[in-house]
Amino acid sequence: MAGKALIRFENVTKRFGKVVAVDNVSLSIEEGEFFALLGPSGCGKTTLLRMVAGFETPTEGRILIDDQDVSLTPPYKRPVNMVFQSYAVFPHMSVADNVAYGLKVERVAAAERATRVEEALALVKLEGLGGRKPDQLSGGQRQRVALARALVKRPRVLLLDEPLSALDAKLREAMRSELAQLQEKVGVTFLFVTHDQEEALAMASRCAVMNRGLIQQVATPTDLYEFPSSRFVADFIGQVNLFEGRLTVDEPAHAVVECEGLSAKFWLDHGVTGATAATVWVALRPEKIELSHDTPAAGAAPDDCNRARGLIRHIAYLGGSSVYNIEIEGGRKVKVERANQGRRGAEEFGTGAQVWLTWRPDAPAVLLS
Amino acid sequence: MNAKARKSPPGPLDYLRAWPIRAWLAFTAFYLYAPLITLMAFSFNDSKRNIVWRGFTLKYYQATFADTDLITAFGNSLTIAAVSTIVSVILGAMTALLLWRFRFGGKAALEGALGLPIVVPEICMGVAMLVFFTEVVPWPTELMWPFNLGAIIISHISFSFSFVAIVIRGRLASFNRELEEAARDLGANEWRVFWDVIAPHMRPGLIAGALLAFTLSLDDFVITFFTSGPDTITFPVKVYSMVRFSVTPEVNAASTILIVLTVALTAIALKMQGADVARAETGEGL
Repeated sequence: MAGKALIRFENVTKRFGKVVAVDNVSLSIEEGEFFALLGPSGCGKTTLLRMVAGFETPTEGRILIDDQDVSLTPPYKRPVNMVFQSYAVFPHMSVADNVAYGLKVERVAAAERATRVEEALALVKLEGLGGRKPDQLSGGQRQRVALARALVKRPRVLLLDEPLSALDAKLREAMRSELAQLQEKVGVTFLFVTHDQEEALAMASRCAVMNRGLIQQVATPTDLYEFPSSRFVADFIGQVNLFEGRLTVDEPAHAVVECEGLSAKFWLDHGVTGATAATVWVALRPEKIELSHDTPAAGAAPDDCNRARGLIRHIAYLGGSSVYNIEIEGGRKVKVERANQGRRGAEEFGTGAQVWLTWRPDAPAVLLS
Repeated sequence: MNAKARKSPPGPLDYLRAWPIRAWLAFTAFYLYAPLITLMAFSFNDSKRNIVWRGFTLKYYQATFADTDLITAFGNSLTIAAVSTIVSVILGAMTALLLWRFRFGGKAALEGALGLPIVVPEICMGVAMLVFFTEVVPWPTELMWPFNLGAIIISHISFSFSFVAIVIRGRLASFNRELEEAARDLGANEWRVFWDVIAPHMRPGLIAGALLAFTLSLDDFVITFFTSGPDTITFPVKVYSMVRFSVTPEVNAASTILIVLTVALTAIALKMQGADVARAETGEGL
């Protein structure tokens, strides 16, 4: 994946009046990446995308595409094309005319235009539908038209604004893998914006998590989930149990975090680079906690670490797995997710049962901010 | 209709199955159309007076077509309507675009002022136009045709363009701005964006606005009455002067021709607009 930087944001800030939409962002996106800008609504991700497209200009800083400063270049002169959230398929033109539009504006000869349009339609599996009008297409097909219309221009970067949000759940799932395959096939760099963390994890090769105009973390989906850099990222990506505590032991081989009002200590099999006695946060994913009826074996960790007794308060049955809401000693509520491997999981751990919770020494992530 | 269906209670949209509603509908239709139908029927009446039916004739149509004054007035009306429609559509479309696209000082005031010609009583507009064209900008009356119609055309534009602007402004409100951005993204400059994306979206509004302007101009009496000179009589004004002597079948015949013409025009425009709206409104997504 280590290609050269295709898009570079250099200290980009965008203000709308007094509102800072994007705050001093520096980021590079490499050639061939499937890059996601992920964040809650209003975090500035769409503004960042629109600045690449040229619909907004940075208040400060600059944006480079292929080492060329495009900060002030109008949209029609940039080597990028966009798939809009509403798809923005021209309603008065046929599918083929929609796809051909960009080439027509560019004054590509009619013969070449026709072959390229055909190729693009084949690429998005819309062969033979060129004569249709947009109102004769389904939502998914309209999105394909938008994709073909952008890809036919052979852009350096394809921008996608919430590409799957307007599709229904089943189609969304299918389009995820199809978009990923399409990206591999055409080899164009994809930059997409989404508020749906699942979508980002499933499709992207790398994600930038944004909040309040700032980039919180840039990492691969696995690293984002397993090694979040802050409480915001840990909480935004997936489900998490967060414990505020104090770092009491910090050695190269192991570390211990103690939390107030919690009898169990967190014993980690690796060191943490933080000041001893400093306040830290422990993030423990629900699926990384095991449930058992009997007192669990101690394992590598000391007896009073990495386990707690609790009472099952509530169970949310999700089909493939169940989420247990457990009140542990000290009164804290903890979420535990357990795959329903057998068909009688509900009988095994029922509401009101006393259970043991255990986790492996490498399960918790320690966060300094 | 079998007996079973008759027994089922009327559904929420089956208004017409209740006889009071049917009767009311018939009553409304009667009051709307009876006068018009009477007028048309009596244009074929073989009698100098419009009271008793004496038999079918087309001689009043012949008389109408032989009446050069009436034909001139009719020609004047059509010319005024055509010119004022073209100018009002251009002005109205530009005003609507301005209000839709830009923010500027006095925008709210302009939007409010657009409604004025619709609200202000026509008689006041008429008097205002009379004063304007005699005191402020005297329009020479001895110009050759069609320039002698200038005063009437200008006053017609001044009230019909605001109707056009409001109709097109409404149409533009439903425009998806992402379409414009998509065109720009695909390489179109502002000018192409307008012609390729915005103008096609405006089309139903343009047609509706043009239709409105044309019919408003064609049948305007009050304002025209105050701005027409001795040589610039329009059809409604001419009919009015004919009626002052007596309501002859000739007036009926002339009116019938006008009614048929407007109805035909309206039908054509509605049909075009209907097909257009159906095409433009579906497939726009969000």
